[in-house]
Amino acid sequence: MKILVCISNVPDTTTKITFTSNNTEFNTAGVQYILNPYDEIALSRAIELCEGGKGTVTVINVGEASTEPTIRKALAIGADDAVRINAAPRDAYFVAYQIAEYAKEQGFDMILAGRESIDHNGAQVPAMIAEFLDIPSISVIKKLDFDGSTATINREIEGGKEVVEVSAPFVASCAEGVAEWKIPNMRGIMSARTKPLQVIEAKNIDQLSAVEVYETPAPRSAVKMVDAADMTGLVNLLHTEAKVI
Amino acid sequence: MSVLVYVENIQGQFKKSAFEVVSYAKAIADQLNTNLVALSIGQTSTDELSNLGKYGASKVLNVGSLNAFDSQAYASIIAEASQKEGADVVVMANSFSGKGLSPRVAVKLKAGLVAGAVELPQIAGGKFSVKKTAYSGKAFAQVSLSSAVKVIALNANAYQVKDGGSAASVADFQAANAVSKVKVKEVVRATDKISLPEAELVVSAGRGMKGPENWNLVENLADALGAATACSKPVSDAGWRPHEEHVGQTGIAVSPNLYIAIGISGAIQHLAGVSSSKTIVVINKDPEAPFFKVADYGIVGDAMEVLPKLTEAVKAYKGQS
Repeated sequence: MKILVCISNVPDTTTKITFTSNNTEFNTAGVQYILNPYDEIALSRAIELCEGGKGTVTVINVGEASTEPTIRKALAIGADDAVRINAAPRDAYFVAYQIAEYAKEQGFDMILAGRESIDHNGAQVPAMIAEFLDIPSISVIKKLDFDGSTATINREIEGGKEVVEVSAPFVASCAEGVAEWKIPNMRGIMSARTKPLQVIEAKNIDQLSAVEVYETPAPRSAVKMVDAADMTGLVNLLHTEAKVI
Repeated sequence: MSVLVYVENIQGQFKKSAFEVVSYAKAIADQLNTNLVALSIGQTSTDELSNLGKYGASKVLNVGSLNAFDSQAYASIIAEASQKEGADVVVMANSFSGKGLSPRVAVKLKAGLVAGAVELPQIAGGKFSVKKTAYSGKAFAQVSLSSAVKVIALNANAYQVKDGGSAASVADFQAANAVSKVKVKEVVRATDKISLPEAELVVSAGRGMKGPENWNLVENLADALGAATACSKPVSDAGWRPHEEHVGQTGIAVSPNLYIAIGISGAIQHLAGVSSSKTIVVINKDPEAPFFKVADYGIVGDAMEVLPKLTEAVKAYKGQS
């Protein structure tokens, strides 16, 4: 079994988001980067499925050399090898195309990713890869089992859940529930340094979207405190002042 | 030239989020001086379909043959209908299924995609850009699309439903070979629950509830209000509540009219998921809890005492109105 896991390098979840150059660029000063938490769930499940010599896990990232610490983290958690497409990720279409171009000759049984990246929140890359490769994709999955040829997947739908079956190859984007986060052990960290990391140059493709400008949400007006004994007063405020009930 | 909107039905019914998407697409059609074509997939009654005209669709295309959702098959139908209708802009919901669909439709049409749109596009001087959420609700990005065809996936609760139109004409749409490779084995509907991403009122609780055995207090308030229930990350991590209720940066982002946070301190990751709520009420026994800084109304008190009082007050209010 061969599994490809797409990983992205994102600002740590505690980051206060600010922008520079007239709000056109993300301010990277002092920002810690991490492996996108949802991608880590996908990676953990891929490693579990391949445990006991049942297969290999390759991680792939589209990014410049600065993302290598995050790639090494994925290798420390337990991926067997890694690929970095050497380019700044321009948009989801660009990233998905690069990954699809790499994956198309490799015979992966499944391509996993996180449900979305916590920076751009596009949730676009996994389904785009599937469309480039013309294979099925299942988004926002909660559970994944694989018998070697067919996967049984629980996915979230509007107002409920669904159990689906799909034959390999396919793409799935993973949410909480698929696996627990794994903490790399000392052996993993040591071996990550020597595991193969292949660097490939990006292919050309048109850029279809670009961020013009960023903004941060407008600050809220000062909080109005209500006495804990006066819940009728709160309900009145919600009705007459906030007009939300 | 036209705008095409894909409208999701749930068991043959269109819900509020569907009307939001149609209203939004109609406004774009007006901006571009063109008409709006709606597309529905799955079995739905003709009345339900023609009713989409009320929200601005002039014509509704219906593919009644395919019921189970599969992003690959559905995307190929949407792309085909868009090409036949000469659509310049394709609109759909940024829902669970929309997240699987819009990227595939965009690749098929070689279209730029904005997923998570929160406003109408700005169209001027040959430029077309759309505002979307970014950095998990900590920011917004204005994204410009340079492709001939554009795809937009709209967030729930981001656009007001506008009606006033009249019934639309309904036509069957014959799609070429949309074969699903995904087999749906089982569907579990939580019909009694209000869907969290679409909810207008949300009651959310954290570790301040002390344990899962006290959750009936949260549910009683939610029932009295007609609200969805949610929780913080520590609560779902501890297994007190299911993961699908976890609101925050690594959970679900919500944008209700009212978000009531009980016993949640307000970590930056949690605030990211609720920052687009219209009104925030925070109940916490710690007056220094960071959540108070972003709240509209604050109550310092013990959740176990405040919740029953608030539930009674809501019931009394509902009783009079």
